[in-house]
Amino acid sequence: MAECHPVGFQWVMEAKRRGATIIHVDPRFTRTSAVADLHVPIRAGTDIAFLGAIVNYIISNDRWFREYVVNYTNAPAIINEKFQDTEDLDGLFSGWDAEKGQYDTSSWGYEGVEVSPAAGHREMFSGEPRSERGAMLSAEKLDPTLSDPRCVFQIVKRHYSRYTPEMVEETCGVPRELFLKVAEALCENSGRDRTSAFCYAVGWTQHTVGVQYIRTAAIIQLLLGNIGRPGGGIMALRGHSSIQGSTDIPTLYNMLPGYLPMPKATYDTDLNKYVEYNKSATGWWSEFPKYIVSLLKAWYGEAARPDNDWCYGYLPHITGDHSHMVTVAAMADRMVKGYFVMGENPAVGSMNAALQRKGLRGLDWLVVRDFAPTETAEFWRSAPEVVRGEVTPEQIGTEVFFFPCSAHTEKDGSFTNTQRLLQWHHKAIEPPGDCRSELHFVYHLGKRLKELYRHSDAAKDRPILDLAWNYREIGEMQEPDAEEVLAEINGYTLPERNPLSAYTEVKDDGSTACGCWIYCGCRKDGVNQTARRKPGSEQDWVALQWGWAWPANRRLLYNRASADPDGNPWSERKKYVWWDAAQKKWTGFDTPDFIATRPPDYRPPEGAEGIATLSGIDPFIMQAEGKGWLYDPSGLLDGPLPTHYEPQESVLKNPLYGQQCNPARLEWIRRDNPYHKAWGDPHYPFVATTYRLTEHHTAGGMSRWLPWLNELQPEMFIEVSPELAELRGLENGGWATVSTIRGEIEARVLVTERLRPLNIQDEVLHQVGIPYHWSWIGRSTGDAANELTAFVADPNVSIEESKAFSVNVVAGRRPPGPRAAAAAPLTEPSGFEDPPRDLEAVQGKPIGHHGLRTGKKELTEEG
Amino acid sequence: MKFDLNKLVWPALRQVSSGDVAGLGKASFSKRTASLKSRLSDADRVVPSVCPYCGVGCGQEVYVKDEKIMDIEGDYASPISRGCLCPKGSATMQLVTGTHRHQKVLYRRPYGTKWEEIPLQDAMDMVAVRVKKARDATWEDQTGKGHPLRRTLGIAHLGGATLDNEENYLIKKLFTSLGMVQIENQARI
Amino acid sequence: MTATGFFTDTTVCIGCKACEVACKQWNQLPADGDFFSGRSYDNTIHLEATTWRHVAFVERSVPLSGRTTAHPFSWLFMSDVCKHCRRAGCLEACPTGAIIRTEFESVYVQPDVCNGCGYCVVACPFGVINRRQDDGRAWKCTLCYDRQRDGMEPACAKACPTDSILFGPVEELKRHAELRLAELHRKGVTEAYLYGMKEEDQPGTEGLHAFFLLLDRPEVYNLPPDPAVPTKSCAVSWGCMALAAAGMVAAGMVAVRRGGEK
Repeated sequence: MAECHPVGFQWVMEAKRRGATIIHVDPRFTRTSAVADLHVPIRAGTDIAFLGAIVNYIISNDRWFREYVVNYTNAPAIINEKFQDTEDLDGLFSGWDAEKGQYDTSSWGYEGVEVSPAAGHREMFSGEPRSERGAMLSAEKLDPTLSDPRCVFQIVKRHYSRYTPEMVEETCGVPRELFLKVAEALCENSGRDRTSAFCYAVGWTQHTVGVQYIRTAAIIQLLLGNIGRPGGGIMALRGHSSIQGSTDIPTLYNMLPGYLPMPKATYDTDLNKYVEYNKSATGWWSEFPKYIVSLLKAWYGEAARPDNDWCYGYLPHITGDHSHMVTVAAMADRMVKGYFVMGENPAVGSMNAALQRKGLRGLDWLVVRDFAPTETAEFWRSAPEVVRGEVTPEQIGTEVFFFPCSAHTEKDGSFTNTQRLLQWHHKAIEPPGDCRSELHFVYHLGKRLKELYRHSDAAKDRPILDLAWNYREIGEMQEPDAEEVLAEINGYTLPERNPLSAYTEVKDDGSTACGCWIYCGCRKDGVNQTARRKPGSEQDWVALQWGWAWPANRRLLYNRASADPDGNPWSERKKYVWWDAAQKKWTGFDTPDFIATRPPDYRPPEGAEGIATLSGIDPFIMQAEGKGWLYDPSGLLDGPLPTHYEPQESVLKNPLYGQQCNPARLEWIRRDNPYHKAWGDPHYPFVATTYRLTEHHTAGGMSRWLPWLNELQPEMFIEVSPELAELRGLENGGWATVSTIRGEIEARVLVTERLRPLNIQDEVLHQVGIPYHWSWIGRSTGDAANELTAFVADPNVSIEESKAFSVNVVAGRRPPGPRAAAAAPLTEPSGFEDPPRDLEAVQGKPIGHHGLRTGKKELTEEG
Repeated sequence: MKFDLNKLVWPALRQVSSGDVAGLGKASFSKRTASLKSRLSDADRVVPSVCPYCGVGCGQEVYVKDEKIMDIEGDYASPISRGCLCPKGSATMQLVTGTHRHQKVLYRRPYGTKWEEIPLQDAMDMVAVRVKKARDATWEDQTGKGHPLRRTLGIAHLGGATLDNEENYLIKKLFTSLGMVQIENQARI
Repeated sequence: MTATGFFTDTTVCIGCKACEVACKQWNQLPADGDFFSGRSYDNTIHLEATTWRHVAFVERSVPLSGRTTAHPFSWLFMSDVCKHCRRAGCLEACPTGAIIRTEFESVYVQPDVCNGCGYCVVACPFGVINRRQDDGRAWKCTLCYDRQRDGMEPACAKACPTDSILFGPVEELKRHAELRLAELHRKGVTEAYLYGMKEEDQPGTEGLHAFFLLLDRPEVYNLPPDPAVPTKSCAVSWGCMALAAAGMVAAGMVAVRRGGEK
């Protein structure tokens, strides 16, 4: 955190000053470790084992927060009797369908109940959506004593019973005493009077089990009562100025604004079906129809009418996974014609860079928008494979457009930061030359397309012609008015166009338009709330009048949990939101995240529907039953509980199960994306992990041009321990070549004790640190770490695995001559038996389009 | 004419003549030094902004003079950053005013070996034509089983995490309405 | 006016180098060039005529008190800067009067006066001041003299995310530093000490207006253990000045002669 979010880290230092204990778990000793009270070096890719052992510690030492757990989590829920755990099936849960290569999740559910996951995650369902999902919550069987062997609490307890300090030592390479210190510190600092927080970034997400990493932290935090309370939580430290915003208003394939799912071809054939499959009978998602109808009104204006399903039919449908790697694989197979890349640089920043560039070569045309031509824009003339002469520009047919972009100082707009806080940045000056904002580009592209299709009467072109696309144009450059766009995102009444002030005003009868329901209120009263800048020093510590946080300007989600079941603060010290019995409403320092007037003793009457089903002790209002999930009865594709699986390319056999890797992971079985052996590959004996440095930003497009930053970290380098340096003859400041079967890179060597070999299972295990900022364009250059990485991903969100993989390191510069990945692997590892990644039942997973090996049902059936 | 101490150019002489042998007094100040002040006091305006790098969202203040940025600093008022910026945030001025910024549209023909500069408006027209052509050529109306698709897999988009919410909104709105589904950004990678 | 200065508390420094960049940004200093040093994360190595803040990175096989690590190790950071000595070698050596003591009692090089003689460079016991190759003049931290004139704090202290660099009246900083030191000692960080704060601790400079809280010997951070200003009396300074004056007169005469020849 000190490395990548130094200013955010000032609050950690402030906490430390006030007595907080700072624990840093990382394979490397970083700038965060330097000021932490405790540094725990861990084998990259083993955090679930580590965190799972904390779960075990909490439960077996009876350190969990009973009143919180019993009332606010699903610990008492009884699970389907058909459920079998990974403990019973050597690393698989019940329901594995060998033929389809995926889980049938039906045995994971609550006894006699079907629960719907939060709406944004419904596309993860691999089976037929269940129409009456969540309707029978009252039939839920509970055991408040938590002693029934089939209740969630007991299942969690059994699942992690083998995750012991000894196992942590064997799996993670963390000495047991060190592990125990961490577990004890966490327990010690949790309860009524104290809270602990977890912070993470892509070191946790970029794994084939990325989602489950976060889930494990969620289990710990729920057991300790650290969610929805000040000083608690699990914080994703996001790495771009609006990466949160681009998830909320998603430039992502599987969602519409506000976490509404994209329609799926097989099921969501019309609006009724779409609503039926995606609405929840209980909890907040019962409001779903209002959000989709108001979104369609915002997009298609007067054309959206009740008799045409509000133009629902204008929306394209997905047939499975259309995420980045899936798309690039299709590009490499020449299935995609055109590609827009705006402020992103996949030729460096995305895994298996050579395959990314092969994808770019397969396009008819490419549009890149950035400050200066990036590696992605220049792939056709100066990419490594071009320099090496494997491909010549004369062979590359891609037409390339580079558009210079405006800087944030040259346009109005809002960023959403890592705390869901929208902040407006004002235009300071005009952009130079032909530089323009993306707002300008997209708006004027839209205008041109409307003109090109003007005379069409084809049904397919109606969405373009009916698109509500009237924004005020400002100045000579005809820049569209960003605040007018924000007004549409916020929503307004129809036909008056009065701004809405809260998402509770959003309607499903066509009388409101709202571009993103969770952002509703950001322009309350017609005032740009995101531009509010009342100094922090003139407000209380929650600072509600600085910017605007979604939803409803809440700074802390699920904050009902900061009060006990009776609505009183758990303690004076941790007071945040509470029930004011006199005024009969929730109150506190923040906007309460609950139905404002629902008393703590409210219990839903028989036959209640929608929001009325949430009881006074259901803080997790976005969940159908209002409880925090220790156990996930439906939402994830790879199991209801996080389980330790090894990375796709590991150096060790899974110490816990016969199933080596996540059985549900996505693989790309292609000649241009080969994998190492599952473990113990003699050609690739070391663990590698990639990361950022304080002095640079992502793939370098915003940092490697700046001399002030370049002088601080001028060159691509790798970090190795003195022991590994000696083993491989590496010299500090000299050169090394790092290789995987996909590619080789050269880098300067930084020999440092900040990396230490781990002793695991009587073996010495070396880890290599690889910053990923560099590539061949800019004022500071070097080889790109992503020449090494592979297409392989988490099944739930299709995020890649770049934080743990195996490599080789040798002294000296990269040899000239051809390299692998662009075409086909040049060196097949040989003379070594291939240990299986999967149990037999998993091995038959089908291979679909473009080499994608997945269990996601729709993809193999349609599209 | 009265001897004007302050008109002596060489400070050392002034020091001698003013008896300030230790070099500690005002006498040693050159005219420039005497009138020294922060250049920010000359700014025409201060524009509130937000750091464009990571997700912390530190407050920035952009100082403008003669329609040029003269300085970018942290904003004390921000309850997030309290005036601080990290090295990248502190380098923002170089990011937005640096000579690396390209100001012309570049075009590379198929199988071409060089960039060409082309006018912005022409480039926009060319892109629009290509979008239409690709979309029309790759349109899918329904699946083999008759389920609706109404989409194109012929055009894809990547990017968004460095853009404004308003920009992402228009991207999603236009591209989805064109039938594009392969819309992605850094949040996944 | 009140003397102002820096108190740099290295125990809370996170080595982010914001101070280095903020300083370059405000003072519009060029980068020194790209050089991969292989010395931890330090690639600018030392203070320079165009690097007025520099963060040192010290990797040690010794743990810090009160910290738990898997093996004995610690990583120390220190943001170095001109010390603005109470008795400044550079100022005393300067023959032109370019280097002055400001109303904030900081040591300031007047760029419009400096003739680049370089006497100050050798007179600094810390190796802080240096001449720029492009213009020949001597440059160093100004304690953001221009900003202070408008009541603003120096750019480095403002940017510093963790308040490792504190700016303020020297007497207040001293009190704060004493408290901080006592707190650390109470917490068992017995190796912590203050460097250069008091005159009696550093007689050779009579104490610094930019002083430090350190965790290891000064040499470890590339600081001299017992710095002393080389000039022991004003006479030396004036001697230098006399020499320079003579030189100037001579140069002036030559210039006049040349002008006459044209």
